[in-house]
Amino acid sequence: MSSEGFDVQYVARLAHLELGDDEARRFSGQLGDILKYMEKLRQLDVEGVEPTMHGHGRTNAFREDEPVQSVDQDLFLANAPERTGDEYRLPKIVEDA
Amino acid sequence: MKYTATIGLETHVQLKTRTKMFCSCLLRTGDEPNTNVCPVCMGYPGALPVMNRQAVKFTVMAGIALGCDIPRHSAFDRKNYFYPDMAKDYQISQNGAPLCIGGGVEIALPDGSAKFIRINHIHLEEDAAKINHYARHSGIDFNRGGTPLMEIVGEPDLSSADETIAYLEALKELLVYVGVSDCNLEEGNMRSDVNISVRPEGQSALGTKVEIKNMNTFKGIHAAIEYEVARQIDLLTHGGAVIQETRRWDGELGETQSMRGKENAHDYRYFPEPDLVPVELDEETIARWRAEVPELPRARRARMMSEYGLPEYDAGVIAADKACADFFEKAARAAAPVPGKTVSNWFMTEVLRLVGEGGGDISSCALTPEALAELLRLLDAGTINGPTAKELLPELFEKGGMPKAIVDARGLGQVSDASALQALVDAAIAANPKSVADFKAGKKAAAGFFVGQVMKASKGKADPKLVGRLVAETLSNL
Amino acid sequence: MEFKDWTVASAAEAMRNGEISSVELVKALIAEKNARDGDIQAYLTFDEDGAIAAASEADSRRAAGDTSPLLGIPVAVKDLINVRGQPCTCASKILEGYVSPYDATVIARLKAAGAVCAGRVNMDEFAMGSSTENSAFKTTRNPHDLSRVPGGSSGGSAAAVAGGEAVCALGTDTGGSIRQPASFCGIVGFKPTYGRVSRYGVTAFASSLDQVGPMTKTVEDSAMLAQALFGADPHDGTTALNPVPDFASALRGASLKGLRIGLPREYFVPGTAPEVTEIVKAAIAKCADAGAEIVDVSLPHTEYAMAVYYIVAPAEASANLARFDGVRYGHRSEKSDDVMSLYCRSRAEGFGQEVKRRIILGTYVLSSGYYDAYYGRAQRVRTLIRRDFDEAFGKVDFLLTPVAPTPAFKVGELQDPLSMYLNDLFTIPASLAGLPAISVPAGATAAGLPVGVQFIAPSFADAPLLACARAFEDTMA
Repeated sequence: MSSEGFDVQYVARLAHLELGDDEARRFSGQLGDILKYMEKLRQLDVEGVEPTMHGHGRTNAFREDEPVQSVDQDLFLANAPERTGDEYRLPKIVEDA
Repeated sequence: MKYTATIGLETHVQLKTRTKMFCSCLLRTGDEPNTNVCPVCMGYPGALPVMNRQAVKFTVMAGIALGCDIPRHSAFDRKNYFYPDMAKDYQISQNGAPLCIGGGVEIALPDGSAKFIRINHIHLEEDAAKINHYARHSGIDFNRGGTPLMEIVGEPDLSSADETIAYLEALKELLVYVGVSDCNLEEGNMRSDVNISVRPEGQSALGTKVEIKNMNTFKGIHAAIEYEVARQIDLLTHGGAVIQETRRWDGELGETQSMRGKENAHDYRYFPEPDLVPVELDEETIARWRAEVPELPRARRARMMSEYGLPEYDAGVIAADKACADFFEKAARAAAPVPGKTVSNWFMTEVLRLVGEGGGDISSCALTPEALAELLRLLDAGTINGPTAKELLPELFEKGGMPKAIVDARGLGQVSDASALQALVDAAIAANPKSVADFKAGKKAAAGFFVGQVMKASKGKADPKLVGRLVAETLSNL
Repeated sequence: MEFKDWTVASAAEAMRNGEISSVELVKALIAEKNARDGDIQAYLTFDEDGAIAAASEADSRRAAGDTSPLLGIPVAVKDLINVRGQPCTCASKILEGYVSPYDATVIARLKAAGAVCAGRVNMDEFAMGSSTENSAFKTTRNPHDLSRVPGGSSGGSAAAVAGGEAVCALGTDTGGSIRQPASFCGIVGFKPTYGRVSRYGVTAFASSLDQVGPMTKTVEDSAMLAQALFGADPHDGTTALNPVPDFASALRGASLKGLRIGLPREYFVPGTAPEVTEIVKAAIAKCADAGAEIVDVSLPHTEYAMAVYYIVAPAEASANLARFDGVRYGHRSEKSDDVMSLYCRSRAEGFGQEVKRRIILGTYVLSSGYYDAYYGRAQRVRTLIRRDFDEAFGKVDFLLTPVAPTPAFKVGELQDPLSMYLNDLFTIPASLAGLPAISVPAGATAAGLPVGVQFIAPSFADAPLLACARAFEDTMA
């Protein structure tokens, strides 16, 4: 675990965030300090310790397979930054995943 | 130098639940775009997923049918990547604790031997939305987004395109049988990512693998595998190297193509899905779900052969469709003491023909297994004759009802009274002296004419065998 | 009655007695808002007509015999909670233009109870911050000293209530975002046990930590709101199935006598402002005078809590904020001719600095090769932190601690992110452990800046916690 080798632009690309050079430099310094602070966690022995997520131990929160009529579909499309007909419009995607 | 091919599949199967994996939106194809949506499957701020119990059940049932272990504990993870068909820009999937582990399916090789194709695990996730491509833009329809998707990750045990298709056919048959998916390839119910590598024969280390993603049709998969294996062998033979990459199958040109410029290695940054609590399956639940897994095709075929004395072919045809097999067995059991082979003959030549002509399926016709059984018992007992039975069947098929009631109401019972029939034979002979003369002149076929006349006179109800005997005797005594 | 003096309880009673109608109350609120908010800057948007219409409906319900406790009570809503037909900016440019198509469950419950959604209040962008200075739109001011921050991220909620321009408000708390602004503004801020209140419709920051809670003038008011908000929700699988307590009966006869109150020594360290320490000590003395037994306890893993939080929360946030991509709603960059640039530029243009910082931090700690060292490890240390509390609660009924190391600081004073994060020192651990915690006013500095104290209770002891807080509140009267 190390705060060295923290390539801000690489991480920004993973997060799909375009960063300016100044921004990247500034973040690099600030986050480097924060990551150094995190290193204190290395002092602890967590062998055999289970992670805690919610703390209340609930399991099996299921929903039955009963359809609920969709309402207000126009309200969703109304939020579309760009639409064509009933679809959300995007610049043409050249290669399909 | 000879080469061996190694193929491994990741098969995505859309489950036939009524609603999506994490929300209660209706699942239905053909609806107007973006009409079966809600804040959850649209990835709206504040929306939260809630697990569809039926989807978990279907996945576990599929796992049981495929011989997998079902661990007690299972959990979901976030698989993080950005793509417009992903409303949240992460997919809720399973990474560390899938619902089913291990298992596999047996396929038949051309030489008649069997090969066991192992499964690594089966996990549950949500399907992406649909992107439609137009001339100058692309458009997204989120109706499909959120469909429960069961991913069957197979081990790389396949060695050829033929084996791969046999594996997919076996999977499809099984999943349709268990009732968890329609596996309709045209509708994209079952898509596979195909991983292919080759290595020199005898080498143990696998070669570099290439992935062809998102393939539907078995024909396409077969062609893609054959092409890609050949391409890789050709590359290696000429001293080249196979690049690890994702390629696209171009069905029109009949070749795989490199997806240039595509980010091939994703860092999915998996972490446990904090919006979902874990799944803990107790023995009782698993046992209840196991009880709902029907007897599988292979076992059913074998049992039907032994229990009903069916030849392999008949058992194969009937067992191929669960509804048909259920119908047949009900009828065969109710038809005792009529032999199973008789029931299967009638079922296959008459009933299935009517089903085919009607365009529906066995469950939508009015004929019941009990009615078929009764019809065949009436025939076996001589209460009706063959032609009458054949005539009644289409009526029962269209309108339902029970044959004995119809026979009684219309007096269709077979006439087997020898003296009554003799009277008809005598009448026919008396009315047709020319045919008698023909018979005496050596035209033995004229006997058939008299049989026909008697059948007509009896309105088809006479016992044809008895009539034939009486006609033969009477004529010989002239 | 001056508007600023209304509490939920007193307003409910006055409306029951016919002394005031909901419409009159809401109109008075609007007038106050228009008069004061120029200075306080708590409100982002206010649908005045909508609020009056809802108030009118409440009055009709009352006339028809409805006696719901919250009928006609106006509630200010932190701008990350979805209310159908209203904006929900999360104080971010990336959600400009977004209109919500649905009600959050907490809003549906308030509406069912006849409460009136009255205005949307400012916050740190996407709940990331401790001062409300990270809002993309405006900086809210502390009503006690307009040159100072109200705290964050629920700064608008706290300021509106403290500034007499709201009767009560909803906030959210992930690492202290209800409790710290409550302390800075001199009001009551309650963070329920994780899982007590539905998060459906509440824009997620850190899914395993976020909770909605009431921000009110009194503990009684807090209990009245909690009664309507608590309860499992089929739309939120992380809600707990525990039955909802009866708060009113829990608060009746609330007393500190015989309660064992623990002081975790790790929270009483140098570095806390002397005036804060003084006020907290005085609060402890009041508890002792009222008959509580004060016990020294230790929560040894406290020093690791911040590191855990600043790994877990940004990690979850980095995924939760991925959906803001310019595709289905919100801001889309004009400079986008392909999908990749559509994403990268829309997000670059739409998100503020702190949000970007945390997204990058969160993405990094989850990235290939780092998961075990950061997120994996942090969630395990979280268990150790939780165990500390469990052990302490074997010896005491409640814990008493400061809420923040200082009173409200000046706008612009804390420039360095890390020093801002240290504000959450005392509130983070209870969040990580999922425990209920409340900030109650305990006094003010010589300059008149409020200081609160925090009570923490065992898991699901929300009602006893409020009873304890109520009893303490009585000692302050």
